[in-house]
Amino acid sequence: MCETAVNLDIVVPNETRYLRFVGAIAEQLAKELDVQEDKRDTLAFHLNLALTEAVANAIQYSAAASAKDSVRICLSVKDSYLSVRVFDHGGGFDLAAVPAPDFDELGERGRGIFFIRSVMDSVQYSKTDSGNVLEMRKKIA
Amino acid sequence: MRIAKEIRDDRTVLSIQEDRIDAHNSGELKNLVLKTLEGGAQNLVIDLARVQFIDSSGLGALLSGYKNANLRSSGFALAGLQPRVRSMFELTRLHRVFDIYPSLQLALSA
Repeated sequence: MCETAVNLDIVVPNETRYLRFVGAIAEQLAKELDVQEDKRDTLAFHLNLALTEAVANAIQYSAAASAKDSVRICLSVKDSYLSVRVFDHGGGFDLAAVPAPDFDELGERGRGIFFIRSVMDSVQYSKTDSGNVLEMRKKIA
Repeated sequence: MRIAKEIRDDRTVLSIQEDRIDAHNSGELKNLVLKTLEGGAQNLVIDLARVQFIDSSGLGALLSGYKNANLRSSGFALAGLQPRVRSMFELTRLHRVFDIYPSLQLALSA
């Protein structure tokens, strides 16, 4: 199987109306990758979901901190791994402290990170010089 | 958000005319459902047949409607979930909470 080298660097305004656009990029990327045909639609859905949740969080954090008015997204594929990084300029949060949802609790919020963890192989959140970054990785082959 | 409202016998049907529910339009959905319940709708059916994608905020909007309907002893059902949408309910076990029908027709004849 040949390697597909992809590096996408996307900056979108800090507005929720761009979530549809970001989700569409994720779906399109899945169509371009070297993956088994029967897994392609699921991968497209999962990337759409992970990116939508991550960017919605970044918009929310940045808005709460009255920070920069854009969100940066880096998508790259290397050695059969897809890496998605979403930068925010808010106060940051402790990913390790985000609990798994209590399925008997019918709260209206708090499922976004759970969805990301469910559809990606690994999730990390750290502070860098260019803002906080949520990095999600997934093996694609 | 484009939503079609229709009264069918004793039920109020809200048909979502969007292919996507996310943080951009979920607040609008939540408000519209609450307004409809406040307006006296007794049995609400949300038709999701056109929706191909829903995120955590969309689920939150539907949960808000579900809880509000329960407080008012009003019925609250979902219909026509597409596979991706249904998988979101299953991941969060919310398919055990909501009254879910494969199609609007089946929801109306229940």
